[in-house]
Amino acid sequence: MTNSLTMDTPAERRRLDEMHQGLVGEPLDRPDGPLKVSGRATYAHEWNLEDTAYGVLVRATIAKGKAAIANRAEIEAMDGVLTVLTDNRFLRNPAQGTAGEAPVQSGLDVEYFGQPVALVVAETFEQARHAAQAVIFDGEAEADVPFDPEAVDPEEQEDETVDQGDLDAAMREAAHSIDAVYRTAGHAAAAMEPHCSIASWDGDELTLRGSYQMLKYNVAELADALGIDEDKVRILSPFVGGGFGSKLGISPEAVSAAIAAKALGRPVVVNMARQQVFDAILRRSETRQHVRLAADEDGRLTGIGHEALVSNAPGEEFAEPVTQSTHFLYAGESRKLGLSIARIHRTPAGSVRAPGEAVGMPVLECAMDELAEAAAIDPVELRKRNIPERHPEEDIPFSSRKYVEALDEGARRFGWDKRNRHPGGLVEGEWLIGHGMAGASRVNMLNAAEARVTLSADGHATVETDMTDIGTGTYAILSQVAGEMLGLPIDKVETKLGDSSFPKGPGSGGSWGASSSGSAVFLACEEIRKAICERLDCEESDLTLKDGTATAGNRSLPLADLLGGDDLVGEGKIEPGKTGEECAQATYGAYFCEVAVNRYTGETRVRRMTGVFGAGRILNRKTATSQCLGGITWGIGMALTEELVHDPRDGHIVNRDLAEYHVPVNLDVPQIDIVLLDERDDAASPIQAKGIGELGLCGAAGAVANAIYNATGIRVRNFPITLDKLIGELPGS
Amino acid sequence: MKPFDYRRAESPSDATDAGARIIAGGTNLLDLMKLEIERPDTLIDINRLDLKAIEETEEGGLRIGALVTNSDCAADPRIRRDYGVLARAILAGASGQLRNKATTGGNLCQRTRCGYFYDTAMPCNKRDPGSGCQAKDGFNRIHAVLGASEACIATYPGDMAVAMTALDATVEIESKGGETRIVPVADFHRLPGDTPERDNVLDPGDLITAVTLPPPPGGVHLYRKVRDRASYAFALVSVAAVVTIADGRFERVALAFGGLAHKPWRDPRVEELLTGEEPGPALFDEAAEMLLADAEGHGHNDFKIPLAWRTLRAVLTEASERGDTA
Repeated sequence: MTNSLTMDTPAERRRLDEMHQGLVGEPLDRPDGPLKVSGRATYAHEWNLEDTAYGVLVRATIAKGKAAIANRAEIEAMDGVLTVLTDNRFLRNPAQGTAGEAPVQSGLDVEYFGQPVALVVAETFEQARHAAQAVIFDGEAEADVPFDPEAVDPEEQEDETVDQGDLDAAMREAAHSIDAVYRTAGHAAAAMEPHCSIASWDGDELTLRGSYQMLKYNVAELADALGIDEDKVRILSPFVGGGFGSKLGISPEAVSAAIAAKALGRPVVVNMARQQVFDAILRRSETRQHVRLAADEDGRLTGIGHEALVSNAPGEEFAEPVTQSTHFLYAGESRKLGLSIARIHRTPAGSVRAPGEAVGMPVLECAMDELAEAAAIDPVELRKRNIPERHPEEDIPFSSRKYVEALDEGARRFGWDKRNRHPGGLVEGEWLIGHGMAGASRVNMLNAAEARVTLSADGHATVETDMTDIGTGTYAILSQVAGEMLGLPIDKVETKLGDSSFPKGPGSGGSWGASSSGSAVFLACEEIRKAICERLDCEESDLTLKDGTATAGNRSLPLADLLGGDDLVGEGKIEPGKTGEECAQATYGAYFCEVAVNRYTGETRVRRMTGVFGAGRILNRKTATSQCLGGITWGIGMALTEELVHDPRDGHIVNRDLAEYHVPVNLDVPQIDIVLLDERDDAASPIQAKGIGELGLCGAAGAVANAIYNATGIRVRNFPITLDKLIGELPGS
Repeated sequence: MKPFDYRRAESPSDATDAGARIIAGGTNLLDLMKLEIERPDTLIDINRLDLKAIEETEEGGLRIGALVTNSDCAADPRIRRDYGVLARAILAGASGQLRNKATTGGNLCQRTRCGYFYDTAMPCNKRDPGSGCQAKDGFNRIHAVLGASEACIATYPGDMAVAMTALDATVEIESKGGETRIVPVADFHRLPGDTPERDNVLDPGDLITAVTLPPPPGGVHLYRKVRDRASYAFALVSVAAVVTIADGRFERVALAFGGLAHKPWRDPRVEELLTGEEPGPALFDEAAEMLLADAEGHGHNDFKIPLAWRTLRAVLTEASERGDTA
């Protein structure tokens, strides 16, 4: 009984709006919340399997070359040490998101400083860590290794290239134009829970308890890395202490734990230390972005250029898709977009928090701010003037798009009409006050998802999928969808996640989890509703389910009575289809920000922010709002503090802990006003929902940067905007 | 972490006789041990010693026991009333959790450090004397601009000692054999010279038993810490100021600086220059110029020189405005 749907036509019948339980959209608490705050949620390191041995990874301390352990016998003789493993199957770096196959497996061939090349396993964690610290490598380090992305000849990513019309001519003829180069720093995902795996074998069957975002893909990656069949691998990941992209693909600790557990015939846990997470988990690439905007007298864009340089290690296909939103957000006949990738030997790059838009949108929105000033047009109005009718490159329509509404509602709530209009002109004591805004945009994606829902004889429902909850609210929203469809109070619905033996979900990534898994649950519940109709001998449209009671026509009876001791099981399966190609789907929003910049020291404090977002149907206003709060918080970090620093001589990450890699702390984040617009996107999914997880970040830093300009009159085109980039130009220098 | 013996000191002499590494709050030491930057054979735990009181001295000052936690010290009503600069400096440092564990003596002993010191794959003269300094030609944004040496350009990361330096506080040190000596906080930490492995003047077996504050200095107390985020970051520049203004002129000025050097930095010439003068922008610039005449950047930290200049100007401006209305 699988109810499959390929999203080929818009879901114009809005079934969830016809339901009666009233759960979807409600700001319900996460059911996993109490478990997490009271220590009862079992995270990857906390399974305490009997007879577990402890593994600690050892990093290479050269940037490129061949590593060899010089003192293996000495290490093996240390107290408690069980084995020192090197293996050609060890991962150079984690798999990219949705890879579904092993990443580069390079054994002792080193391609970046910090690459894990050996595993020391001992009876206790302390013994393993001490022995790992004592490992001495010799081997050959290569000279003349490139580390600086701007010092090598990059490869052009041809499938990202757009060259339409004549941008050079548009720039020449423009009444107003902007031509500027921006840079953004590399970022670490900085999830609270470091990467950890416990591997245990039962014959040739492997169980891996790990902290992962996408189990369907992770099973395939792990099996491929080990050279075993996928059906021999089970991954359990019921609770994930933050992912932010860093746990999309299988990472080095999982493969080494599996190899060690097989070799020793006992469970092995490998937990990466914070510094190792910085060294060896995929980072966000730094970017250089050349933006050109050409506009007529009224600020209408005639041309738009956005060409980016990013970096990655040799052999990695991922290239930070910087211009992803630039393709469709604004009009402009002449367009030149491009993406180039520099091959260097830093920690390899991958998906970190809204890859692409997170760094591309703030830059585009800073350039729009510059254009607004050049053309003397209100920045909000400038954006509204440039919203295209149809996709300006693909000439297809847009699905539901709430950009104008977000801009207007944000401006109203923030009091944009009372903003400072004279950059550097509003002073309060030591502080220069400024206001700025930016648009938000992120492409919407649906990914194949399956879920199983069981309506038990006693009248409660269970949702099962291998989907994960990485702190986002999956446990809550899937129960809400099922409860809504089956007419059950929330406490009669349980959602079980994070077990690869469950129906395959899309994984948490690309903001697609809620709409994809939510749709699969919706479809599974439709199947159960059909079965109920058969028992009631009624049409589906006549069925009302509410509070555990089924009503059709003038008959009404409790579900438990209706089931008569049977369980009803429904399976749902959603797949993306033509609606994803025939119209441009995205989510939209707007940010408004007030900053204070200290006129002596250049310290910036964000005083308040308003964010307004449209992401289709909101499944839970509380968890969706929290996602947006988190996104804006990361935006503040990107604007002001976050920067991976690489040593120029060997590329190693210098600030490899959370004391020196500065994510925003509570005091950096003011009260943030979040508004979620009422929206249904029929083209996006059968539940009219789109992804919201990453939207809050996709432009946020631009609003902060524009506010800093407004406060100081200083345009810093190099993120993060730390005080050293301001003090040279502040008054009194 | 290297295996180590653990013993508990029941008396100060238990601690000093052993000549072993002393642990109190352990907020820095344990981190360093996990990374094997510190590899003690034996730890002597002094947490049970009777060093947890803040007592008034005969001179009218306060004697802060070495085991008084940073949280308790900053919350003490006498400290808050009479030594505001110290309470503010402590609260500007670390986090609530760390301050609950960190002690007065232990805070003084936190390592002067940098990212290369913390990475055992890197040469570092402080961690491994003679191995070289990677920071000079590496990433040195947080590093020293005053008093650095060829061997080391690390900065002292603390806040508490910067305020104590401005307050003319003294450290009470008990040595092996029970002898006690008194060292001004200003002289407790060292410049790196060619022995950067030594952060301070303690010898093996030395035990800090207390920090003594002189009688309340009065005046305006300011601690301004400039950093990359609003909390939980080391100072790029910090200024502790205790300033008295009378008849429109600086009567007494004490200034200490964090984030600039291998130790809390105090320059008596600057204080002399200001004393007796009428506050004003030209005077502040003259003071900053004197303070920073020998300052030298290493590339990424060049900005600290104008930042220190501007921060001093801000602090003196604020002090003179407050001093006039006091």
